[in-house]
Amino acid sequence: MSVRHALLSLLSEGPKYGLRLREEFEQRTGELWPLNVGQVYTSLQRLERDGLIESDAEEADGRSSQKRYRLTGAGWDELTGWLRAPSGVTPPPRDELVIKVMVASTVPGVDVHEVLQTHRRHVVETMQRFTALKSRADEDDIGLTLVADAELFRLDAAYRWLEKADALFRRSGVPGNGVTAQGRPGSGGAARGGGGRDVTGSGVGTERATARD
Amino acid sequence: MNQPAIELQRVSKVYGSPPDQVRALAEVDLTIRYGELVAIMGPSGSGKSTLLTIAGSLEEPSEGRVVVGGIDLAKASRNDRAKMRRRLIGYVFQDFNLLPGLTVAENVALPLELDGTGARTARSIALEALDRLGLGERAGRFPEQLSGGERQRVAIARAVVGDRRILLTDEPTGALDSVNGEGVMRMLRTACRDGVAGVVVTHDSQLAAWADRIVFIRDGRVVDQTAPPPGPDSLLTGGEPSRGQW
Repeated sequence: MSVRHALLSLLSEGPKYGLRLREEFEQRTGELWPLNVGQVYTSLQRLERDGLIESDAEEADGRSSQKRYRLTGAGWDELTGWLRAPSGVTPPPRDELVIKVMVASTVPGVDVHEVLQTHRRHVVETMQRFTALKSRADEDDIGLTLVADAELFRLDAAYRWLEKADALFRRSGVPGNGVTAQGRPGSGGAARGGGGRDVTGSGVGTERATARD
Repeated sequence: MNQPAIELQRVSKVYGSPPDQVRALAEVDLTIRYGELVAIMGPSGSGKSTLLTIAGSLEEPSEGRVVVGGIDLAKASRNDRAKMRRRLIGYVFQDFNLLPGLTVAENVALPLELDGTGARTARSIALEALDRLGLGERAGRFPEQLSGGERQRVAIARAVVGDRRILLTDEPTGALDSVNGEGVMRMLRTACRDGVAGVVVTHDSQLAAWADRIVFIRDGRVVDQTAPPPGPDSLLTGGEPSRGQW
């Protein structure tokens, strides 16, 4: 979430002092994204510089926390435009987890299923923390629930992707444990797995990684 | 640390006979304690439902030892196992299984009455359980007057009514939408905070995340489990959480 636009939305309710803006920002994002004082006041200075907000000149003793800010016409336009602007729904240019899983399928001696399970565990442990936050909160605290749910749905998508990746690797015969991946040409598992790795692993990995760069 | 409610020791389960044997569970070791909510996760066919039915003494293992509520199931008589199931264990499955002709309170009181408790006592215990789980106002309604989420919560109340301290659930939120599913998980959490040992079998990571511990099962084996949660405060340390790394 953009700090700038969060501040603009808080000021859309009426003029507010810098200190109060900081407190309200923390409350409304469920205290999940605490800001340091500097972040709020730097953003306020920039918004003022850009003409999107203005402060009461008579109270300006140089300290942003004590100044009272209000939205300008340009600020309104910026805020209402931002609310309707497309959000970043396109995938990030490089997703580290995707790269790791593809690479894991090509590195000799590495069990891709074990790597996938490790990430599944990481993902679900993070989900447990967000869920604990949600369960401790008041059921009526919609702000906190929304913020926590946004993370939970995103992590859930990652979890499902890891499950599907596992199923795909299994189907293509990438070996299921470290023993067969250690390069034992005599065993059927290694021969089948080695073939799977070469074709599916590095082929897909190179192609996708390049496409996402 | 609380007492163990369920202990599985090197439990295996094989269906069929050679050459068409299917190994549903392989040497599973697992302990679930009172007060703990544990989720069992795994893809379909991984053995997670078999694990639940064996832990609930609805099925016997091919090998290994199962101890439930301090009772070694292999050494208990059929009668004792049945009594243990009735008194100690509550089951919640995807279907609500509430009886349509009985009110909510009567549905919850029914297992107690079947076990010999007098009607009046059973009713007051049922009302107390409904109250504790936030369903007191629904006691006089019939199942069809409730939403799907409420029906499933009544099923949980019925499963924990009386002294039953072990709650075994298989995809307990079934086809509920996510808000109602969450209500069911909140209620399971509440029951476990009151000392119940809860097990949730699910493939849904958002539901599993309500558990204290998540056990991953694959091809009949326990392959991994989560570390004890460090608490939500750890989310506050890194600014925007986990951004850019999923």
